[in-house]
Amino acid sequence: MKRNKTKLVPVPSKAMIPDRDVARAPVLECINLGITLGGIKAVEDFNFTVGRTEIAGLIGPNGAGKTTVFNLLTKVYQPTTGTVLLNGQDTHGMNTVQVNKAGIARTFQNIRLFKNLSVIDNVKAAMNNEMKYNMLSAILRLRDYRREELAAHHRALKLLSIFDMQDMADLRAGSLPYGAQRRLEIVRALATNPSLLLLDEPAAGMNPSETAELMDSIIKVHEMFQIAIVLIEHDMSLVMNICEGICVLNFGHIIAKGTPEDIQSNPAVIEAYLGRKK
Amino acid sequence: MAIKKFINLNLKQRLSLKRTEAKKIFMTYLFVIVSFAILQGMSITGTLSSTMEGMLIPICAYSVMAVSLNLVVGISGELSLGHAGFMSVGAFTGTATAILLQNLIPLAPLRLAIAMMTGAFFAGVAGFLIGIPVLRLKGDYLAIVTLAFGEIIKSIFNNFYLGVDDYGLHASMLTDTTNLASGGRMIIQGPIGISRIAKISTFTAGFILLMIALIIVFNLVNSRFGRVFMAIRDDRIAAESIGLNITRFKMIAFVTSAAIAGAAGCLFAMNYSTIFANKFDFNTSILILVFVVLGGQGNMLGSIIAAAALTILPEKLREFADYRMLLYALILIMTMLISNNDGIKYFFQKINPFRKKQEAE
Repeated sequence: MKRNKTKLVPVPSKAMIPDRDVARAPVLECINLGITLGGIKAVEDFNFTVGRTEIAGLIGPNGAGKTTVFNLLTKVYQPTTGTVLLNGQDTHGMNTVQVNKAGIARTFQNIRLFKNLSVIDNVKAAMNNEMKYNMLSAILRLRDYRREELAAHHRALKLLSIFDMQDMADLRAGSLPYGAQRRLEIVRALATNPSLLLLDEPAAGMNPSETAELMDSIIKVHEMFQIAIVLIEHDMSLVMNICEGICVLNFGHIIAKGTPEDIQSNPAVIEAYLGRKK
Repeated sequence: MAIKKFINLNLKQRLSLKRTEAKKIFMTYLFVIVSFAILQGMSITGTLSSTMEGMLIPICAYSVMAVSLNLVVGISGELSLGHAGFMSVGAFTGTATAILLQNLIPLAPLRLAIAMMTGAFFAGVAGFLIGIPVLRLKGDYLAIVTLAFGEIIKSIFNNFYLGVDDYGLHASMLTDTTNLASGGRMIIQGPIGISRIAKISTFTAGFILLMIALIIVFNLVNSRFGRVFMAIRDDRIAAESIGLNITRFKMIAFVTSAAIAGAAGCLFAMNYSTIFANKFDFNTSILILVFVVLGGQGNMLGSIIAAAALTILPEKLREFADYRMLLYALILIMTMLISNNDGIKYFFQKINPFRKKQEAE
């Protein structure tokens, strides 16, 4: 599956977002975002805007600061400079939990599943904040408990079925094959009802056919939920095929932004990846 | 279409807990009920030896302790080394309540129930207060600090004086300055503790408490709370990333565990005529941890069996006199080795027809 070409158009802040999203406020705006880690400016002057339903890519050589950007967005690190606006709301002073409640969900570069829980319980754990029943209902199995657990079960199975994982629902998450674990992480992130989904190297360690399948799933998720997705990825076929806007980082700085076509022909990007021509 | 069909077909079967897990829970309840019936029957017909008879209530109390600690250690994955502290809080506050209510409520089982609830309440409060600083720590640090808090609770009760007379309650710390009016009664007397306790704990009460503890723990574990406890145990960072408030849920597990331990402490104390703070020291905390580790972390039935076995064992080894604790230690080491040996585990799996059938399914 390859998506239709998207036209990027500027918003008042001069950032480019897909033309279909122009009528609505961007889901994410980073303004001069930066962090100093151990005296080194890991990320500096990071200006990045993501449209309401955009699929954006964040690429760059190893150590460029891509995962650091994700950690800044999800408040694993607190930024030293700059602002992050999520749905127009300043996330200053929020912690990871609050940022998730405000709408950011993520996956991790090195898979972080709840290994000893079943697949479906991994998903249901992410739905905890929607469930309201109290301890008494849980201990006495009152009606609240039964109703909410049943609803969560339905929803979890539906989410798993997007990735064809409903048959694995009762398996231990740690016992899944690698590709399935990666997919489960995405399902778990989706279960928190995010408006922005951050995928950190979703195709790492996958073979080409698994990657193609993953690509289809990401597009499917995008169409079903109409959410914004930002992904970090080294697999260029995936990035160039599904991303609408791409941002290239090198040594903590943005060196290029634009459509996949712009990026592929950008001399600064080629230099960052391949080195300078002699 | 296929998805819809799938959901309709399997929902009922899938909604009931995973089958093996449900079986495990059922077996635990069954084991407790059957053991109670047999022991109670033997006790009534007088075929139970007097030493065994005397151990029934401590076994119940220790089982409840092990189940409650398993919620913290096995399910939430935090090593707590001060669990006897909560037992102590429950024992002292519960017994004091029972003494105060002695004339007001003549019905012993009701008085015991109220005493246990009071003990559970105060232990829960203690758990909450200790939890505020402790649950911000992780791993080894948390273990050490809980150890310290267990000792602090012991010291507090060793220096606490409480008396009652016609003018009401009088309490003091360090030295006895309660100056009771004539006809008053000292309830807690520092290092001497509480004496002249009416022994109102019964085996039936212990059984009921154990069943309640099991219902609370099992139902909590199989709800959104238990899922979150285990999620945090497996991966803190991922748990935060999906919006789970770690401190809050750790606190829920810790306070629940402390409250159950408090009720168990009350049951334990009111089986003796005197109770003092040094009874609930570091050794007791470790003993309870041994029950949990030996029985298997997260395995409630295992905890109960381990608690019962390790309570009976020292008594049974009395005939070896001086070598008693040596043998006890040896048996403990052997059991740990055997229960963690894959070869031996496999052997038992092979000869267990029940298990085999399950795998074939």
